[in-house]
Amino acid sequence: MASTTLTAPAPRGYDPAAAKPFLEQFDRVKDGLPGAGLSWLNELRSQGQARFAALGLPTVKNESWRYTNLRALDKLTFQPAAETGEAVRFDVLPTVRADGATGPRLVFVDGRFRAELSSTTGLPAGVELLNLADALTRKPDLVAEHLGRIAAPDDRTLVALNTAFLADGPVLHVPRGVTVDETIELVFVSVGSEAQPTAFHPRGLIVAEAESHAVIVEHHVGLGSCTTLSNGVTEVFVGEGASVHHYKVQREHAESFHLSHTAAKVAGKGVYDNFILTIGAKLSRNEVNSVLDGEEGDTHVSGAYMVRGGQHVDTTTFIDHAKPCCTSREVYKGVIDDQARAVFQGKIIVRPDAQKTDGYQQNRALLLSDTAEIDAKPELEIYADDVKCSHGATVGELDDDQLFYLRARGIDKAEARGLLIGAFLSEALEEIAEESVRDAFQSYVADWQNVR
Amino acid sequence: MIEIKNLHATVDGKEILKGIDLTINPGEVHAIMGPNGSGKSTLSYVLAGRDGYEITEGSVSFFGKDLLEMEPEERAAAGLFLAFQYPVEIPGVANTTFLKSALNAIRKQRGEPELDAMQFLKLVREKTKALNMTDEMLKRAVNVGFSGGEKKRNETLQMAVLQPKFAILDETDSGLDIDALKIVAEGVNALRSPERSMLVITHYQRLLDYIVPDHVHVLAFGKIQRSGGKELALELEKNGYAEFGVNEAA
Repeated sequence: MASTTLTAPAPRGYDPAAAKPFLEQFDRVKDGLPGAGLSWLNELRSQGQARFAALGLPTVKNESWRYTNLRALDKLTFQPAAETGEAVRFDVLPTVRADGATGPRLVFVDGRFRAELSSTTGLPAGVELLNLADALTRKPDLVAEHLGRIAAPDDRTLVALNTAFLADGPVLHVPRGVTVDETIELVFVSVGSEAQPTAFHPRGLIVAEAESHAVIVEHHVGLGSCTTLSNGVTEVFVGEGASVHHYKVQREHAESFHLSHTAAKVAGKGVYDNFILTIGAKLSRNEVNSVLDGEEGDTHVSGAYMVRGGQHVDTTTFIDHAKPCCTSREVYKGVIDDQARAVFQGKIIVRPDAQKTDGYQQNRALLLSDTAEIDAKPELEIYADDVKCSHGATVGELDDDQLFYLRARGIDKAEARGLLIGAFLSEALEEIAEESVRDAFQSYVADWQNVR
Repeated sequence: MIEIKNLHATVDGKEILKGIDLTINPGEVHAIMGPNGSGKSTLSYVLAGRDGYEITEGSVSFFGKDLLEMEPEERAAAGLFLAFQYPVEIPGVANTTFLKSALNAIRKQRGEPELDAMQFLKLVREKTKALNMTDEMLKRAVNVGFSGGEKKRNETLQMAVLQPKFAILDETDSGLDIDALKIVAEGVNALRSPERSMLVITHYQRLLDYIVPDHVHVLAFGKIQRSGGKELALELEKNGYAEFGVNEAA
């Protein structure tokens, strides 16, 4: 059918009309965004705005979004988060630390930094841990040098949206040769507003210089039950011989949308270790991109998810072996109950230069009901010839023989199922190198089971 | 203790048990011998409560209660134990976690206090030692990477920890060499007591040299064909099951 309009046709797989409410907001808020006086930043935001205006939200005709439909977002008009001030109170913020222990922590409520809940004590000299809005004033050069370099504003539409609105989020800079012993915790609380759906676009920046080491845990939690959209982007620079262990647990409430894009670039002999535990949100998508950009780099991109009810969880990963002699390892395991649905898209690319690549990918799903669903799409693109790459995907149900064996020993059905589900997920959780983080994540898994 | 009356069971519409009658009193050890396909394993699974079997006729009373109405975990709590012919591997569940969950689940169902980690460890160490098992086997995932002998020792360990009143040993000798068999048999014999009964299911007489039964029954074609004392086992060893119409030569 011929088009009757004279405007350029929409790119296939995108819905530019969906951009409209966001763009109107952008015009309203842009002059008040932090760092609005910085020309390079204005330029970056404009690029993001222009890209998002041209594309809008992805549709299911988009190959990368085939299994995750964002139409629900289209039906809602999200407003930027308002100042929550002191109105929001917390009895306990999530932590992986032992009871009563404190350490470096940044807290964000609806995307905005909350200084009175945050602390930088316990960090070695020279380490910078601060929020982006402040960093634009206090460390503009550091930010200018890195922001938007790996997660480019002209690339993905949701990254572009985030870039247009970028205002606040965590910034960490670890200087050359420094090891941060204390785990750094980043806490993101979604609260929203009774008045209307609320959107925020946290933007994180992690820069680990050569031979430095840091462990970071992100907590994403929800308070109340207002509709929220978190559209976060984090860029991670891992220097030569540096290591960054980056763990995340998402336990947002049932009315939240959680979209996140993490992009890491790993220099020679660097290690980037990413693990994401997804339990909450109505709809969530975690994109993790890791580029092995120097020889003998190593990246682990793993995670676990547990969903039920009408939840939808999407894990989309991309591991780019750009240089020789690098290793990558990916272990994802998920449990899907009721009518919940999971998506796993894992792509590994081995560039022509990347000889001696060692890549491993495994994704396993356990379906607990007849109506649960998983769509899995592993993709290997290999352009080098001296490469070891393997991947496997399985979907299964609880094993009747194992269930009977446990029950025959006196363990009731619910507990037996719990033991088997826990055992299934533990294989993924064992990928977490830090014991305190692993234990905390295990307890979140146990809590999920106890809700049944 | 257990009274099986005219028990009929089908699998996928095919009748496997065709009227079993068997009564076992406290302290007695009974052996059921029979050729392949005679219904031995079906009997043990039906008693333990596995899904997939339809009871078409008959009854089983266990300490006066209707066993067939109980869930598998309730049967275990009531004191029934099945030592599996093929113990199931459970990756990701440590053997100790499994044993502790099982023991405490049973204690809870019986209204007894649960054991804490220290009390449990003390108990299980004692039992492990007696069975010549290592601590390392306790840390490993349930039956994963265990040899045939280790699996059967692990079954015996579970029995020693759970202290059932009635144990069914399903082909405990299968896959065991003579040394492993002796260790397992010693473990089983140590559990013999005037309050505890056992039903030993086996194809071969060999096991009964080590676990000596009070009564022997021959099961063939879904029915007990003959019952006698331990000498019946020796007779079967000599003559085979031919006199019951079974052709094993094939």
